[in-house]
Amino acid sequence: MATRDKAPSLFDAAILKPAIVASFVKLDPRTLMKNPVMFTVELVAVAATILMARDISVHGPGVGFEIQIVAWLWVTVLFATFAEAVAEGRGKAQADTLRRMRSETIAKVLLGVGGDLFEPVRAHSLKVGQVVLVEPGDIVPGDGEIVEGVATIDESAITGESAPVIREAGGDRSGVTGGTKVLSDKIKVRITAEQGSSFLDRMIALVEGASRQKTPNELALSVLLAGLTLIFVLAVVTIPSFATYAGGSVSVIVLIALFVTLIPTTIGALLSAIGIAGMNRLVRFNVLALSGRAVEAAGDVDTLLLDKTGTITLGNRHATEFLPVGGVGEDEVARVAQLASLADETPEGRSIVVLAKEKHGLRGVDMADLKARFVPFTAQTRMSGVDLDGKVIRKGAVDAVVAHAQSMGAAVPLEEITRIASSIGKQGGTPLAVSRDGVVLGIVYLKDVVKGGIRERFAELRRMGIRTVMVTGDNPQTAAAIAAEAGVDDFLAQATPEAKLRLIRAEQAGGKLVAMCGDGTNDAPALAQADVGVAMQTGTNAAREAGNMVDLDSDPTKLIEIVAIGKQLLMTRGALTTFSIANDVAKYFAIIPAMFIAFYPQLAALNVMKLATPQSAILSAIIFNALIIVALIPLALRGVQYRPSGAAALLRRNLLVYGLGGLAVPFVGIKLIDMLVTVTGLA
Amino acid sequence: MTLNGWAQIALYVVVVLALTRPLGGYLANVMAGGRNWLSPVLLPVERAFYRLAGINPAEEQSWWLYCRAVVVFHLVGFVFLYGLLRLQAVLPLNPQGMPAVPADLAGNTSVSFLTNTNWQSYGGESTMSYFSQMAGLAVQNFLSAAAGIALAMAMIRGFARARAKGLGNFWADLVRVTLYVLLPACIVLTLFFVWQGVPQNLGAYVDAATLEGGKQTIAQGPVASQLAIKMLGTNGGGFFNANSAHPYENPTALSNFVQMIAIFVLGAALTNTFGRAVGDERQGWALLAAMGVLFIAGVAACYWAEAGGNPQLAALGVDNSLGNMEGKEVRFGTPLSALFAVITTAASCGAVNAMHDSFMPLGGMVPLVNILLGEIIVGGVGSGLYGMLLFAIVAIFLAGLMVGRTPEYVGKKIEAREVKMTMLAILCLPLVILGFSALASVLPEGLAGTSNAGPHGFSQIFYAFTSAAGNNGSAFAGLSANSVFWNATLGIAMVFGRFAVIVPMLAVAGSLAAKRRAAASVGTFPTHGGLFVGLLVGSILIVGGLTFLPALALGPIAEHFSLLAGTLY
Repeated sequence: MATRDKAPSLFDAAILKPAIVASFVKLDPRTLMKNPVMFTVELVAVAATILMARDISVHGPGVGFEIQIVAWLWVTVLFATFAEAVAEGRGKAQADTLRRMRSETIAKVLLGVGGDLFEPVRAHSLKVGQVVLVEPGDIVPGDGEIVEGVATIDESAITGESAPVIREAGGDRSGVTGGTKVLSDKIKVRITAEQGSSFLDRMIALVEGASRQKTPNELALSVLLAGLTLIFVLAVVTIPSFATYAGGSVSVIVLIALFVTLIPTTIGALLSAIGIAGMNRLVRFNVLALSGRAVEAAGDVDTLLLDKTGTITLGNRHATEFLPVGGVGEDEVARVAQLASLADETPEGRSIVVLAKEKHGLRGVDMADLKARFVPFTAQTRMSGVDLDGKVIRKGAVDAVVAHAQSMGAAVPLEEITRIASSIGKQGGTPLAVSRDGVVLGIVYLKDVVKGGIRERFAELRRMGIRTVMVTGDNPQTAAAIAAEAGVDDFLAQATPEAKLRLIRAEQAGGKLVAMCGDGTNDAPALAQADVGVAMQTGTNAAREAGNMVDLDSDPTKLIEIVAIGKQLLMTRGALTTFSIANDVAKYFAIIPAMFIAFYPQLAALNVMKLATPQSAILSAIIFNALIIVALIPLALRGVQYRPSGAAALLRRNLLVYGLGGLAVPFVGIKLIDMLVTVTGLA
Repeated sequence: MTLNGWAQIALYVVVVLALTRPLGGYLANVMAGGRNWLSPVLLPVERAFYRLAGINPAEEQSWWLYCRAVVVFHLVGFVFLYGLLRLQAVLPLNPQGMPAVPADLAGNTSVSFLTNTNWQSYGGESTMSYFSQMAGLAVQNFLSAAAGIALAMAMIRGFARARAKGLGNFWADLVRVTLYVLLPACIVLTLFFVWQGVPQNLGAYVDAATLEGGKQTIAQGPVASQLAIKMLGTNGGGFFNANSAHPYENPTALSNFVQMIAIFVLGAALTNTFGRAVGDERQGWALLAAMGVLFIAGVAACYWAEAGGNPQLAALGVDNSLGNMEGKEVRFGTPLSALFAVITTAASCGAVNAMHDSFMPLGGMVPLVNILLGEIIVGGVGSGLYGMLLFAIVAIFLAGLMVGRTPEYVGKKIEAREVKMTMLAILCLPLVILGFSALASVLPEGLAGTSNAGPHGFSQIFYAFTSAAGNNGSAFAGLSANSVFWNATLGIAMVFGRFAVIVPMLAVAGSLAAKRRAAASVGTFPTHGGLFVGLLVGSILIVGGLTFLPALALGPIAEHFSLLAGTLY
């Protein structure tokens, strides 16, 4: 698979330096407000700072401890903003390249539809519906549809693929993207996207994470985290009066420390970084999701609709056998089929020549030497062949060749032909009849070749609980045979766009989420109906508008990767949430005895970690709480490890690692930090 | 701890489990409006009620309409009960000539019985006339229980229905539960209790001459009928002040056993009703299993603490082999007292057969923790199930993302709206409990109620608000709560604890009902297995534990370690 570039190393200096600056800029409460947990931490950090300033001015006792707590509070907030900045930084470089491309373009707006007269206009000021002329060497000024002409276009700026592609007016390859470069020929393009909302703009916004909206799950998770934060507010603000009852008191700075360690800062700090990193992972796979919602939906997909051609099969049929009819020798069939295919440059034609050579030792002959006349394939005749020394040699669809033979007055062994043809069809192949002078000599067995390894991929999907449905224009017999060979769960034969749409609706009515990919304009309704619609970059604008993702490599197999990325995104959030909350148990055991020991010395029994002093315990807890954020940034950016398997197995593993791990790790971590803090004399 | 003790606990668990499925099926049938063997007699009565009230039982109510009906119903119930208590002196069936109940106590008591709390700041035999008991308190015992089951049904329908607007009809649910479930069961139970020796009369109190020649007044009354619904409806409000520790209110081992069964039976059956409604009974069993794990752990901890006895007494040479017997009936001993205490607080019953205040610090912490966790261990009739379902939503959301899908529970996607409403419902408990406890532990009005110093006094305060907000009604009875401060704050806590959960819970149900039902696959989080049970238990303990650990540390935990160190309060 062509990936845009390798994942940049996690802490690349080029990303780190601006990220450090950005993490201070992001302290602005107006931006931090979007993250309720970290905003709360910032608020209490401000409060703690004010308290500290007061205590310093009156030379209160324990100021050294207080200064350290306040410092760590700010570090906690900074680590959170830093995590987000690093995630964003990884997309920034790419966005800058894209932006440079956009700003310098001059569009040639046509003055009349017929002529080539134009007026140069800056690309930003283009309006929808204007028609522009794009000549070799020009940059396409905006997203649009070719209304006239055909051109080779270098799309490497968008796709990273250097081989030029052909785009032409009409049909399914008429869309062009702003920022790509015309290499040959000139085209007239009608602009279809508003400036600022073009593909390029969306891509820039996407990789930068600037226009990032919270996705539905992220929103729900934020609500949960805010709710937990409120619960801990209640748990902490009531402590002073409980302490008063017990005849003691707890200092505000200690309460603040307890509060900050309890609220889910780990996941709160990393939540947006996880989302941005998920999008970037998709971008590295050369897929652009037009919304974060689509990426999440990809994780939820139950049914994958996959086009047979190009996804499940290699796309070209290969000749595998010559089957004689009416007692003709197999070599004879091979020879005639070879002659019929010599001038046929299609992959099927070439495969016949290759098979004849390999299996029957027939060497290729130069058409020019034979003085043959090549008869090309047309949609009307559905045959091709050669006229050679007065002999009429044809190959083509069985019914077409039979009709041709009958029209030449020959007797046709219809029963035998039908038997062979239908048995080939049942095995998923395509029969081609070969005739000479109206006599049907035999049938060539063209086989659809299923891609290597695809069966295993489908088995993998099945383990993940995803059903695969193959969509093909083939007849049901052929479709069934290929479906069985490829190991898909179901198939839709003789698929029309309407049938596809019906299938999607039926699946959705059964409570399933459906993903599909498509490229043609007639795929647009199905793409729009599907919960995840991946449009091919080579497709039409209509298809690209209808889908909610665009695959720049136009590789339909990628749907599987997209699903995996969606799942990984959700799993990473879940894992860090669980970890974050499980952490609290150890923090309580560190802070509660430390807080109450002055008036209930017997609570020292709860100090199971045997932390040195109350101060060192509280300090260790808050240091651990801050450091764990940084320690988990790589995991947030990379995503948790994902192996395709059933939900139960995934859950068991993740609960073990992040649930139990989340319980155990802080006990060890806080103890170690406490030893360090004690040795260095910080507390 | 003895083998005999454990055998009785095991017998209890077996009987509850055996009743769960048949009763769950019966409840499902009643709620669906189906016919059963009581229909020939009760259907005309049911229809008469609808005609009288002008209700179309088939009319679906949206969550908001359902909620409005619940609130209106309770408001009217409050006015009625409050008026009745205030006018008690002039109403009939008052052989003892009880005066009118004071305003603050009448308000507190009305709220208490309306919300299924049955917190009692009064002693029944010295405050309430028979008419108040029967026409006032017992009626609310029935209705608050029926309302709880109706609400659970609304929640169940939220999960079971797809693309639906309505959650059922509150009035119809209320009538059906009362007629087909509570009334017949209570008639049978009442007769059973009468057989066991519980009084059921309207006579005046009897004076008896004691052996020492003193005079003792023995209270009488329609106890058995009150007792049946008190248990079955997890109300818990005792006819007598001593509640089910009173020999008239709990005369025999058998009556004790049946009372304990009655507390759990409907709550446990509702889990099965839920499973049936969502088309997979295993879902119900999984919920019950999670409840069961917490229940057994609680019983074991409480029994262990009580059977161990007080080490300080042992040090004085007192025979401790019966365990901690302070505040316990000798006929029940530590195992049945501990079991009853755990059951009554796991469910939101609050009836007691021993004084929780006299339990060992850790033994008394178990009932406290049971209520703090939200009374979702079987729980109150109805409220236990919907409380547990709210926790299931949290658990699913906390860890469900880890399977790489939007969290789903029984086919319903859990999204921002559900999470928001669930958190709102879960937040109200700590808000009320911690908030009021903080207030009461510094205000002189609050401190005046406590009867012990140190952490135990704090436990009394903390337990009172926990019990009120959790709509439990049991008490660390050393607290004297019949003052304006306590009546008012506890009254507010009860209202909050009931309605601040009900409203968002119904909103969740409404939002779930409107969703389509997602198909299950191997990629879906399986919520009927041991993994889910473990996750649910873990989430409940962590969320509940984290919220209340500081308060618990200053109450029972501090007291426990003090006791070990030789300090008593």
